[in-house]
Amino acid sequence: MTRQMNRMELLDHINKVSFAVDEVKLYLDTHPCDRDALAYFKEYSRQRNEALTEYAGLYGPLTIDTADASCEERWKWINEPWPWQEGGC
Amino acid sequence: MWNYEKRLQYPVKITQTNPKLAQVIISQFGGPDGELAASMRYLSQRYTMPYKEVTGILTDIGTEELAHMEMICAIVHQLTRNLSPDEIERSGFGPYYVDHTLALWPQAASGTPWTATVFQSKGDPVTDLHEDMAAEQKARTTYDNILRLVKDPEICDPIRFLRQREIVHYQRFGESLRIVQDKLDSKNFYAFNPEFDR
Repeated sequence: MTRQMNRMELLDHINKVSFAVDEVKLYLDTHPCDRDALAYFKEYSRQRNEALTEYAGLYGPLTIDTADASCEERWKWINEPWPWQEGGC
Repeated sequence: MWNYEKRLQYPVKITQTNPKLAQVIISQFGGPDGELAASMRYLSQRYTMPYKEVTGILTDIGTEELAHMEMICAIVHQLTRNLSPDEIERSGFGPYYVDHTLALWPQAASGTPWTATVFQSKGDPVTDLHEDMAAEQKARTTYDNILRLVKDPEICDPIRFLRQREIVHYQRFGESLRIVQDKLDSKNFYAFNPEFDR
C-alpha cells in the first residue's frame, strides 16, 4: 500500500490514516460497542503503524517506538527537522 | 504519561510572514478560549470523573488540544520568523518583541498573559461538561473571527481544520453529558453529585 511513495506522499498518508485513528478514537470513547467503528479503528491503526515503521526506516523516526528502525549509526530523533521548521512534518 | 509524535496533526506550511495576523492568532495559544486553556481544562477535570467513557473523552480530547496548541504555535512561529527590526516596527509587533523577541509565549491577542482563571474544574460532571461544550463553541467562534481577518489560503487551511475539530469535540462532549445523565436520577439530575456524594 505505502510502497513507491516519496517522502511527502508517505507523510501525507501517515497524516491521513493517523487522523482516521484520532477521529474514531474519540467516537469509540462514547460508543465503545460500535462494531463498525471497532473494525475501522483496527484497519487504520494497522495502516498507521505500518507507515510509521516504514517512514522511520527511510527518513528517521516520528515516534520513539519506531526509532529503533533508523538508529544504527547515530541518534536520528534529533536529526530530522522539527514539525514547525522548514522541511519538518 | 505522554508520547511525543514528531509531526503536526495537520500540516502547517506558511511561506509569507505576517506579524499583524500572528498577534491575533496567538490568542488561540494563550487566550481565554485558546488551545492551552482547553487542554488544561479537560486534563484537570478527568481525575474525579467517575464514568470511564467520559474519563476517556477528557483524556483524549485534552491530548488532542496539545496537538492543536502545537499547530497554533507553528502558525505563529512561521508568521514571525526572520522578521527584521523594520518589519517589527511597521507591523506593530514591537510591544510583543521587546518582551519575547520572536519566541512563543502564551498570551491573548490583547496581550493579557495566559491564566488558569479562564477555565473551571468544578468537580461535578454535569457542570464540567456544560463548561466543556461552551468552551468548544467559544473556540469555534474565535476561529470564525480569525477566518474573517485572514485572506492567505496557507493560513486559512489549518485554521479551518482546527475550527472543524471544535465542532467534533462539542459533539463528543454532548454525548458524554448524555451518558452522565443516563446514569443519574432521571427525576432529578441534581439529586446527588457522583464526583462527591457516596
